Amino acid sequence: MELIAPAGSLAALKAALKSGADAVYLGLKNATNARNFAGLNFSEADIRSGVELAHSQGKKVLFAINTFPQAGRSAEWRAAVDAAARLDADAVILADPGLMAYACDRHPDLRLHLSVQGSATHVDAIELMREQFNIQRAVLPRVLTLTEIEKLIRQTTVEIEVFGFGSLCVMAEGRCLLSSFATGDSPNNKGVCSPAHAVRWEEREQIMDARLNGILIDRYAAGESASYPTLCKGRFDVEGDIDYVLEEPTSLNAVPMLPRLVEMGVAALKVEGRQRSPRYVEEVIKVLRKALDAAEANPQRYAAKPEWLSALARHAEGTQVTQGALERSWK
Amino acid sequence: MEVNHYRISLGPPLYYWPRQTVFDYYDQVAASPVDIVYVGETVCSRRHELRNADWLGLADMLGAAGKQVVLSTQTLIESQSEATTLRRLCDRTDYMLEAGDLGAVRLLQGRPFVAGPHLNAYHGDTLRWLHGLGAKRFVAPLEMSRADLAQLLLDKPDGMQAEVMVWGRMPLAFSSRCFTARHYRLDKDHCEFRCIEHTDGLTMRTRDGEDFLAINGIQTQSSHCLDLIAKATELAAMGVAVLRVSPHSSGTLEAIAALHALRNGASHVDVVPPPDIPRCNGYWHARPGIELIENPT
Repeated sequence: MELIAPAGSLAALKAALKSGADAVYLGLKNATNARNFAGLNFSEADIRSGVELAHSQGKKVLFAINTFPQAGRSAEWRAAVDAAARLDADAVILADPGLMAYACDRHPDLRLHLSVQGSATHVDAIELMREQFNIQRAVLPRVLTLTEIEKLIRQTTVEIEVFGFGSLCVMAEGRCLLSSFATGDSPNNKGVCSPAHAVRWEEREQIMDARLNGILIDRYAAGESASYPTLCKGRFDVEGDIDYVLEEPTSLNAVPMLPRLVEMGVAALKVEGRQRSPRYVEEVIKVLRKALDAAEANPQRYAAKPEWLSALARHAEGTQVTQGALERSWK
Repeated sequence: MEVNHYRISLGPPLYYWPRQTVFDYYDQVAASPVDIVYVGETVCSRRHELRNADWLGLADMLGAAGKQVVLSTQTLIESQSEATTLRRLCDRTDYMLEAGDLGAVRLLQGRPFVAGPHLNAYHGDTLRWLHGLGAKRFVAPLEMSRADLAQLLLDKPDGMQAEVMVWGRMPLAFSSRCFTARHYRLDKDHCEFRCIEHTDGLTMRTRDGEDFLAINGIQTQSSHCLDLIAKATELAAMGVAVLRVSPHSSGTLEAIAALHALRNGASHVDVVPPPDIPRCNGYWHARPGIELIENPT
């Protein structure tokens, strides 16, 4: 199983390679990828040296161009695909069928992966993209249980990639407009969720309010640790009951399930977090490398080591972890 | 004589209503001036007040009343049994279908279908692809602004119609988790079908009491009622063929009547959203969707 690391910068890419990633994924500095954050992502010069470094070690670089081309602006997304081909990408990760059609037509040798944003959750969706665009791999939205993933793998020749660690999307990716409803900008249209420019912290009388475009996402009493106001992970009021209505601030951690993922034939394990620091990439990838090697060497005797889990927990959102939809009880 | 040549559609029912409520509701819909009616369970396969045969019975009744009937497929498919249900539905050739996801597109390719609002057709290349597979109509993404929609319509293939949602709580997100069950501290598999208690979803407010979202099983909606009825004439002039109203327990028939009055030349109509649900139209103005911008022109 390939271990795929996030790279929001050249420093993160180097950290990922050093820590044992088999591949990194990255984006250009614009709205064509789903981590379009200020100060993040790659200039062409950085990509050139990153790709050269990765290829010299026999490792891969995947280009995420996984937002949806906006009306009248197809050219920007096409240019990103052209750039990926020119810069020797090992694959492009796309969500939009119109853009897939372009990539297929213009760059027939370019390997295509269907992004998690493409929202393909069952065999007919994945097979459509294979028949139409010859996709080689699909990244699954975080909505399926292990059993559902296992059945799916048996039904298609397309490689299946799943998320192994990182911030958890509660919603089916590519089908969530909550962020644009609150702020105008969404993963689909701008490559962002709960964007930093809309965040406002307000402190008064020892109460801390976290707002997104003025909307109160959570309120913290003195001494309570505050999380970034990701809008699906705040506390809200339903029928007078104040709670984490959608999800707690938490990260996905599939490390305890690695032998099962290996055994069922998952082709690649993705780590979320292109917006995170090179330190995060280095530490998380190091742990996952060890865990994956152990799971592949001796799946029967595999046990997630406490030191791995505590290292990962330090990098988890809200320092909590979950196995998400992989375990049916989460639903 | 009709001044504005748009047709009015009623989107698929998003809430879980008791069986008799659904039948009574669609009796009223059959008698309304709506032109196109989408039916079928699109949110959760556990809902069972109406079985497949019941939906088809409703479809037949609406068809006999002169409505164009479209069967909508489930938006988020997870289990094998859901995939099988989808295949069975897509085998039907007596009605047009609305594809809720890419899997449905595969099963419907080669014959006329409607590309639903969650297929993310934001630009011309994707419209052309869908049209090539048989899509005769597409529903524009909800977060699209007036300006982007105008551009998209310019890039739309000939012979493909555009449909835009103009009224109702917007279905904004889908999850494998059931938020209604979670609210009641229940497992999804033992949810007790509590969503049946909330005819228009369950409002989720911020801790300072502002309306924000609404939960409806695995779907998260705007707590606000989208209201673009005042833009009906402009939408028609832009080239939108069909305006979609989403079913609510109240206000829906009035929204349909208002759109009908406007296409017959009425200069102004007022529509009241369901009780306690504020209005919004921000996306249209390239603003956050939650906003309401009143600019009488």
